[in-house]
Amino acid sequence: MRIKLWGVRGSIPVAGPETEYYGGQTSCMDVCEEGYQLIFDGGSGIQKLELNNTKTPKRIDIFLTHLHMDHIQGLGFFRPLFDPGNEVHIWGPKSSTHTLHARLGRYLSPPLFPVLLRDLPCKLTFHEIERSQVEIGPFTITSNYIIHPGPTLAYRIEGKRSVLTYIPDHEPALGKNGIIDDVRWLSGFELARDTDLLLHDGQYSSEEYIMRKGWGHSSIVDAGKFAQMTNVKKVLFTHHDPYSTDNQLHKLFENFLKSNSYKYECEMAREGMVIDLD
Amino acid sequence: MAAAYEIEVILNRQLADCLFVPVFIIDTGGNLIFYNEPAEEILGQRFEETGEMSVDEWGTAFKPVDEHGDALPPDELPLVKTLKYQSPYHKSFWIKSLTGVNQKISVTSYPIINRAGNMLGAVAIFWKSTEE
Repeated sequence: MRIKLWGVRGSIPVAGPETEYYGGQTSCMDVCEEGYQLIFDGGSGIQKLELNNTKTPKRIDIFLTHLHMDHIQGLGFFRPLFDPGNEVHIWGPKSSTHTLHARLGRYLSPPLFPVLLRDLPCKLTFHEIERSQVEIGPFTITSNYIIHPGPTLAYRIEGKRSVLTYIPDHEPALGKNGIIDDVRWLSGFELARDTDLLLHDGQYSSEEYIMRKGWGHSSIVDAGKFAQMTNVKKVLFTHHDPYSTDNQLHKLFENFLKSNSYKYECEMAREGMVIDLD
Repeated sequence: MAAAYEIEVILNRQLADCLFVPVFIIDTGGNLIFYNEPAEEILGQRFEETGEMSVDEWGTAFKPVDEHGDALPPDELPLVKTLKYQSPYHKSFWIKSLTGVNQKISVTSYPIINRAGNMLGAVAIFWKSTEE
């Protein structure tokens, strides 16, 4: 399984030399195996994503965790949607009120965007999922809701030999005393359990998180604890705060390493990073 | 290991943990899966000590009676009705807790139903009744 990160920034894209190392594009990742390609989230990072689906080159599968702007804002600039020969499947969280098509259409319609969803030339199919399991090529993709404002999914992607869990926006510590020390009460536990690689929200320092409780994100310390409780092999902390410069992110990670000694490997996610899992 | 709870149940526990009023959370089988600190006073036991309790264990913890002191049948209790009919209920009655204290309480119960419409459990909120 080969994973490439096309966007690891949270909230809003940023540009400039002070964010060049970790990158400024918002959430997007692709996963490839045996000629199949899956795309996760349509943040601004999707604009430069390279199609790499050799088995079904005209089919594109995009799994959205949720519909906050930083996870969909790149869709309108993703060229394959404008190719009439393409069959595009968009998978996203079911809501109890509006359809996925209607909710995405709020962005992909005037006055926010000049082209209506229904006018996109590709053949577009929407799939509303919740606690679901889907098989595409060598992949089994399991989804479930996790704690984040609005319907939000996390994904567990099982390939032939390895497992990846994608949870870019998550606040498992929401509550009076933070994360409950019992995995049965841990949001996202079953999706992340024993995974080979976990991409997890680690947007804030512990001090920043106190001021932003309820916003739907994690401190890097809580993300580290989540990874420990779920027994993952490796973690990439992602969804970097748009106000954090490269130096501040280096410092955040250094402080995390100094004050925590978990047995798993960990790194900060970087735009353009390629990870081979076997 | 038993399966993890759905986030709707987890969020109800996190909310209950912040409230002044006693709160009980049960699963669809009627098992008591969480009660907060104020509820510990009513139950006379601590959650850290008891952990989750089967319906048989905790169902006998209270002796609900009406204004004449006659025992209330389970089917008249809000939480039982909520589990049965998946709707909210409210009732005031008297209980004798494990601590041996008789007190009039009001109970409001509501079902935990997720976005897909699945019943996941129920919540009961207790407080000392001010009703005459």
